[in-house]
Amino acid sequence: MAKFKGAVVIDEERCKGCNICVATCPFKVLALQKKEVNNKGYHYAYMENPDACTGCTSCGTVCPDACIEVYRAKID
Amino acid sequence: MEVNDIIKPENLVYHKPALLKDCTMHYCPGCSHSTVHKIVCEVIEEMGATEYAIGVAPVGCAVFAYNYIDVDMSEAAHGRAPAVATAIKRLQPDKLVFTYQGDGDLAAIGTCETIHAANRGENITIIFINNAIYGMTGGQMAPTTLLGQKTATTPYGRRVDLNGYPLAISNLLAQLDGTCFVTRQSVHSPAAVRKAKAAIRKAFENSMARKGTSVVEIIGTCNSGWKLSPVDANNWMEEHMFEKYPIGDLKNV
Amino acid sequence: MKGNEALAISAIRYGCDGYFGYPITPQSEVLETLEAEMPWETTGMVVLQAESELASINMVFGGAACGKAVFTSSSSPGLSLMQEGISYLAAAELPALVVNVMRGGPGLGTIHPSQSDYFQATKGGGHGDYHCIVLAPSSVQEMADFVWLGWDLAFKYRTPAMILSDGVIGQMMEKVVLPDQRPRRTEEEIRQQCPWALNGRKGLRKQNIVRSLELDSAKMELNNIRFQETYRTIEANEVRIEMIDTDDCDFLLVAFGSMARVCEKVKELATDDGYKVGLARPITLWPFPYEQIGAVAKHCKGIMVAELNAGQMIEDVRLAAKSTECPIVHYGRMGGIVPNPEEVYEALKAQIINK
Repeated sequence: MAKFKGAVVIDEERCKGCNICVATCPFKVLALQKKEVNNKGYHYAYMENPDACTGCTSCGTVCPDACIEVYRAKID
Repeated sequence: MEVNDIIKPENLVYHKPALLKDCTMHYCPGCSHSTVHKIVCEVIEEMGATEYAIGVAPVGCAVFAYNYIDVDMSEAAHGRAPAVATAIKRLQPDKLVFTYQGDGDLAAIGTCETIHAANRGENITIIFINNAIYGMTGGQMAPTTLLGQKTATTPYGRRVDLNGYPLAISNLLAQLDGTCFVTRQSVHSPAAVRKAKAAIRKAFENSMARKGTSVVEIIGTCNSGWKLSPVDANNWMEEHMFEKYPIGDLKNV
Repeated sequence: MKGNEALAISAIRYGCDGYFGYPITPQSEVLETLEAEMPWETTGMVVLQAESELASINMVFGGAACGKAVFTSSSSPGLSLMQEGISYLAAAELPALVVNVMRGGPGLGTIHPSQSDYFQATKGGGHGDYHCIVLAPSSVQEMADFVWLGWDLAFKYRTPAMILSDGVIGQMMEKVVLPDQRPRRTEEEIRQQCPWALNGRKGLRKQNIVRSLELDSAKMELNNIRFQETYRTIEANEVRIEMIDTDDCDFLLVAFGSMARVCEKVKELATDDGYKVGLARPITLWPFPYEQIGAVAKHCKGIMVAELNAGQMIEDVRLAAKSTECPIVHYGRMGGIVPNPEEVYEALKAQIINK
């Protein structure tokens, strides 16, 4: 069976730090920035553990503000 | 494989729908309105309906829906969206016409217009966001507020003797001969979002096939009004809201 | 043909796209006539009996937002319910036609004719700084004609227009010449004539939004300034009044609608007795013909304003004559009573001619 590896790109300025993607990610890839904030003052989400991402799109699907692009590549 | 090797256009599997404008939505972090706006845009895009979709925005938190959903849209006076949509659809039967309404707009001030539009079987889709509270005005009781739920106008919890019962208006609408599809969904998990999106797609297709009125109720959170974090609000909704408002199709003909 | 029926047929022939209404005496014949004519079979016009006047006016809002020629009709209590929607129409700069076949109020009042909604019609009625163009027919012919005029003005200025009729004109039967049938506009014509209309982003044109909400006060003030500029243009161009023997009259009657018909008889009685009485009949109640009435006030000895109300239009007549010494009195009946010409003439003699 083919294995997939994923990655996400988060629109940091669009993100409001609601944490729903972090709570939803089944592989604990995401976290909110602890100190860094965007121009609106939100602790935006980022890939804390990128190696675990499978590109399952769960985070993007639940993200209310459509800040997350999800990429997925097949590993040979 | 490095992250930079994955992030290539050919590997893109999920992105913001183009129909959702680039501006930041005014909704609070984690608000269900944002998620529903996003999937409405996705469905319109996937149906190729951008050139013939017309939406009607409510009064309430979603009053600015037209600033985010990039199709022709009209404002409506508080509660009157189904009347406005009735005329738009009757006068332009080839368009996809939908209203987007909250619980106060649809189930309190607009109950009359909602029930009669549905009873006439207007070929419109009503997207109904039920978060059991008036968000825009600062968290007052809605017709759908649960018994015991604290709001700005029920500070000690909603009481039957003072405030009556929470109104499951979709159950009422499902009784009407004019409705063809009445469903209750949520957007708190990836699976729920996908189901809600499929429901909106089905409703829109019904409207174009002139099958009658479709109602997609979405149980949402108002974490600001509920005074919970977005994630806690999702959990509270699952624990409390779904008992009074069970998820699933109420009518599908 | 009844006034209400003539109005309904004239609307179909205009190429009207939709009517939305709710039964109320004394205007139900409008909806009844339209349902009996079944224009959806001929012109494709939509006719819908709504669940309330509130729904009717908001259906009109929806239709107007699509650039369609739509209208509703009702009588006084129904118009009170519609005020919210009329304010929204004005604020969203939408063309629409609203017909009020007035009955006596306040409250549920009476089903008999009255003119007591003059203030409501001409001074706003709903919330905010706005006006409707208000046309006052005094014959069945004008019930038919003003439908066309009302829509033409509404589309020209993108503002709601109102036909302010009453139970006499609505129920009265007279001969009428109806216009020929005109086709309804196609979507393509609407796209050209009303580029703001909601008809879908065909060709991926820019999104159209119909709205009145503007939370930025500076922008909202600019919107209001634009509305007021439109109102000034309407005031400059669209005043209509019928002036009968006013050039050298000694006494002036001012009346509109059904009361103007009574005053025509009053004028005849006075002329028979040798008095020089003129009649000014405002056709547009807003914009009001201040200049025309003011000019007569400069040379005549007294003005009587006759209305089926407690004295509403008289306030505008006083404004019209404010730079003169001309005495102005009111004769009014209320509650659905229409006076006969003799009693108005007696009042004219007692209060003006023999004063």
